[in-house]
Amino acid sequence: MKNGTVIIGNGIAGITTARHLRKNDSQRIRVISSETPYFFSRTALMYVYMGHMKFEHTQPYENWFWEKNKIELIQDYVERIDPKSNQISLKSGEVIDYDNLVIATGSRTKYFDWPGQDLKGVQGLFSYQDLEALEKQTPKPFEKGHPTKRAVIVGAGLIGVELAEMLLTRDIHVTILVRGGHFWGNVITASEGEWIGKHIASHGVDLRYDTELEEIFGDEEGRVRGVKLSNGEELPCEIVGVTTGVTPNVEFLTGSGIEFNRGIWVDEFLQTNFSNIYAVGDCAEMRSPINGRKAIEPVWYVGRMMGEALGLTLAGKKTAYRPGPWYNSAKFFDIEYQTYGLVEAKESKNQKHFFWKQDGANQFITVAYHPESQIFQGINAFGVRLRHEYFDRMIRAEKSVADVVGGMPAANFDAEFQRRWVKEFIASFHAQTGIKPKKSNILKSLLTR
Amino acid sequence: MKNRMIEKIGASLILLATFAYIGLTFLVDNSFQKTDASELDKIKGPDFTRMLTSLDDAPPAIMFSQVGEKINQYNHDMVSQKGISSEEQKAILAELDGKAATYSEDVIENSLKKKDWAKEKLTEYTSWMIGRDWESFEAFEGEFKAKVSDVNAAVVNEFGVGDGGRENFRMEVMKAGTPDWLRSGMAAWLIFGLATLGSFIYLVPLAQSSPGIKNDHIYHRKSQTGKGSALLVFAALVAFYIVLYKFPAFLVNQSVLLDPLSEWMSGGASSQWFLYGFLYTLTMFIMGLRMFLKYRGNKYQQVRTASVFFFQVVFAFTLPQILTRLQLPAYDLKSAWPLEYTFFFDYRIDEYLQEGTLGLFLLFWGIILFAIGVPVFTYFYGKRWYCSWVCGCGGLAETVGDPYRHLSDKRLGAWKIERYLIHSVLVFAVVMTVWVAYTAFTGTSELLGISSYSIRSTYGFLIGFVFAGAVGTGFYPVMGSRVWCRFGCPLAAYLGFVQRFKSRFRITTNGGQCISCGNCSTYCEMGIDVRWYAQRGQNIVRSSCVGCGVCSSVCPRGVLKLENGPEEGRINENPIIIGSEGAKLNLSE
Ligand SMILES: Cc1cc2nc3c(=O)[nH]c(=O)nc-3n(C[C@H](O)[C@H](O)[C@H](O)COP(=O)(O)OP(=O)(O)OC[C@H]3O[C@@H](n4cnc5c(N)ncnc54)[C@H](O)[C@@H]3O)c2cc1C
Ligand code: SF4
Repeated sequence: MKNGTVIIGNGIAGITTARHLRKNDSQRIRVISSETPYFFSRTALMYVYMGHMKFEHTQPYENWFWEKNKIELIQDYVERIDPKSNQISLKSGEVIDYDNLVIATGSRTKYFDWPGQDLKGVQGLFSYQDLEALEKQTPKPFEKGHPTKRAVIVGAGLIGVELAEMLLTRDIHVTILVRGGHFWGNVITASEGEWIGKHIASHGVDLRYDTELEEIFGDEEGRVRGVKLSNGEELPCEIVGVTTGVTPNVEFLTGSGIEFNRGIWVDEFLQTNFSNIYAVGDCAEMRSPINGRKAIEPVWYVGRMMGEALGLTLAGKKTAYRPGPWYNSAKFFDIEYQTYGLVEAKESKNQKHFFWKQDGANQFITVAYHPESQIFQGINAFGVRLRHEYFDRMIRAEKSVADVVGGMPAANFDAEFQRRWVKEFIASFHAQTGIKPKKSNILKSLLTR
Repeated sequence: MKNRMIEKIGASLILLATFAYIGLTFLVDNSFQKTDASELDKIKGPDFTRMLTSLDDAPPAIMFSQVGEKINQYNHDMVSQKGISSEEQKAILAELDGKAATYSEDVIENSLKKKDWAKEKLTEYTSWMIGRDWESFEAFEGEFKAKVSDVNAAVVNEFGVGDGGRENFRMEVMKAGTPDWLRSGMAAWLIFGLATLGSFIYLVPLAQSSPGIKNDHIYHRKSQTGKGSALLVFAALVAFYIVLYKFPAFLVNQSVLLDPLSEWMSGGASSQWFLYGFLYTLTMFIMGLRMFLKYRGNKYQQVRTASVFFFQVVFAFTLPQILTRLQLPAYDLKSAWPLEYTFFFDYRIDEYLQEGTLGLFLLFWGIILFAIGVPVFTYFYGKRWYCSWVCGCGGLAETVGDPYRHLSDKRLGAWKIERYLIHSVLVFAVVMTVWVAYTAFTGTSELLGISSYSIRSTYGFLIGFVFAGAVGTGFYPVMGSRVWCRFGCPLAAYLGFVQRFKSRFRITTNGGQCISCGNCSTYCEMGIDVRWYAQRGQNIVRSSCVGCGVCSSVCPRGVLKLENGPEEGRINENPIIIGSEGAKLNLSE
């Protein structure tokens, strides 16, 4: 094992793999990545632009950390992988031998072949370079008289909202094109989408529902000048933000023999069709996902959890990637969002919803459960904080919605002195669904785990 | 744009008030010629009054050194009148005629006929020199001359103005020269009213914004990143502390502004310390209001801001004035030893013991506060109950210091320095206290050959003035708001021990929800790398954590919660991040 493990990509998936491998084994570890010299938190790009942080604050480890832990960092781009000779070729011309290879190349912004999408000012928000491009296109903080005054964002999802929030801090007018009739319609419920939409609009964002992008126009110098919408309307703008989703970074594997679909095919041990090549994070596609999870899950947590499992496997402690119940979180301007389990966007014969909203406050919750068995399926929480471990336990134990709702006081994770909402929530659940919540208190056992 | 206009108007008014306030030192004349002579006579008698009235009117910036010269001159006069002149010294030495053994009380008596006081002192100081064997006359002569200077210094202390009381004396003198209109109350209303009004205007846009985290552009502003105007504020704050502690007479005009308020509260005239307390409370009020608006939608922040302000107004500012009025020892009852490092000083112990029941109450209150209050409350609520709910230093840091909170150093190296420094200060404070308490209870000033007076004056200078004052507050704009609390405060070190090893308090990490964004670490005023713990699913139990709750407020994913709960499972060294079954082994770094 003299060549040890080579990891392509220094995102959360690649770096977590490296750290956990290092914790458990002393083999050589090299991480090759092209974007930035050090691991940083992509999720915090918006805060750098808005001036909440400096870029260095997005780096979870100090620069000495890597050398101290003998994790070699190489900033370069991997052009080709040759599984037969166990070698990779870098853009610089260097060829590197590996014993084990981990592909953690993440994803990139997905474009839909719109006319004009190559114009200057059309961009996604994914990489450090995207952030730099945005800085170039938009006024400096407090700058007056800059030509960039309007932006159109295509795609009403999490990154779209972040981009809108960012641009507003530079006094840029923002229009978001929403494909469906309410915000983030393929994920959250209509009532939730409606309230989120209202909140976003209250910050001065112009939301256009049931609207898609047709074409982007440019000026003589190749800069964005405006867009044409699906309803025929034309909007002038200097920035087009593309936030319709991401797609795995796999093109460079073409011809290598490594099998991929949208992402790189992996089994539960995150192994590709080559026994010494693995894939983790955004770029991996599970051949047989478990627990009702999706084959590709481009989120931070999944990259981390995959990395934890693979790090152990590479250290000789073979560990399968077995994600538990789904969870996620985000923030829409001032409204925090957390979800546990699976809440579908619409009710179905397999899922029933209970929606509750606090009067006069941006706090609302959807509880999903099976209409017949009454087994709890999931929860979406907006403007309130909930305890992850509570729902993780409840879902794993297939508890009934009566149990889960009845025990909710233990799930409240709001800061001290915040307005209490749990009692009203429980009472309203009882009144509306007719299901009697069962009281229980497992808070102590949650705190002393 | 409109908001920026409003902020500019507000800021201009604040600046105007600040300039007017500083201008008092440079532009408003003090005059002894206009002052009632009988008033001046009370200071040091008619001779000194004549010296003062010979001075031309001048603002404190100039009057400061002129009064200093007069004090020197007065001291000089005192020495010539009552001390030993060089002729007299020469005469004595001549009389001995090179034979040290002939030195005697008679010699002193003969040469200093009319100077009873000096005669007595010299006899006292040199009695051991009489009838001794001297190696040489030169050895005697050297020693003798030193003693003569000591006598003259004693004369200055007794009849003139000694070094120890010089600055307070200068302040007292210069107060007598301040113009009446400054003391009428009008000027105070104008200056502080203008500053307050400007602040209110400045805060209007904040008040109108929607609730939510408002950290936009912090790292885009020089004023909040230790550059440009931040350096000016830094210099001004440090200068203010130096002047306040070392040369208060420069602030004489500012101090008398508050005479009406001080008289109303305590019955006595204002002093530099009253001025300091007032400014402290006023800026805390304004910046506390800012906190209130900034954290709308976050009750924890609002309640604790209200709490620190309450303790400042009632305990730190008002109660001591009332105690003064009642002629009782006037101390800040919420300030616990060892932060309140003078608690066991001899003069304070004397005061407690002289005041009967009330004095005893004060003594016991102070002891119970640090011996029982601190550990018990910290066990139940963590050190936050003191540091970010009660403490005056903490209160200033949480309000005035809030715009700078992110400047704390998060590097591992800084944490190391922090532990060395703060624990050294704690040891220093304890040692110093043992010495002064020994002195207070036995009346002996030396223990193991070290004088308790020199220990306590070293502590007072290095820790009380330099660290807690000039560095602790002055460095806000460059090193963040809790420099003192983090690196220096001995009480924080003590509270920290309890919090780390025996407490129900922790910051709970919410399972696997952390996205490692770094907001929590960036906005931790204590320089704790909160993310380090949060991203590993580990609770945060750190002795330095003051429980301000800002990490939890700024976390965009709802990951952090300040909680008091069972001790069991509070510290999870090898956390398992929930979310997957795969990796049960998440070893520590
Ligand atoms: C703005 C934004 C906000 C987000 N917010 C959240 C959130 O709140 N919660 C959440 O769960 N998820 C969030 N995500 C998603 C999350 O950041 C990603 O799922 C995660 O970063 C993926 O990690 P990864 O390690 O798989 O890949 P990446 O982080 O994409 O890292 C892959 C790295 O490999 C490099 N690379 C690619 N190909 C090569 C090559 N051939 N040679 C060398 N290097 C290469 C890339 O340049 C990149 O640096 C957000 C994403 C963005 C963009
Ligand atoms: S602010 Fe929250 S999400 Fe961000 S690093 Fe800290 S704990 Fe994690």
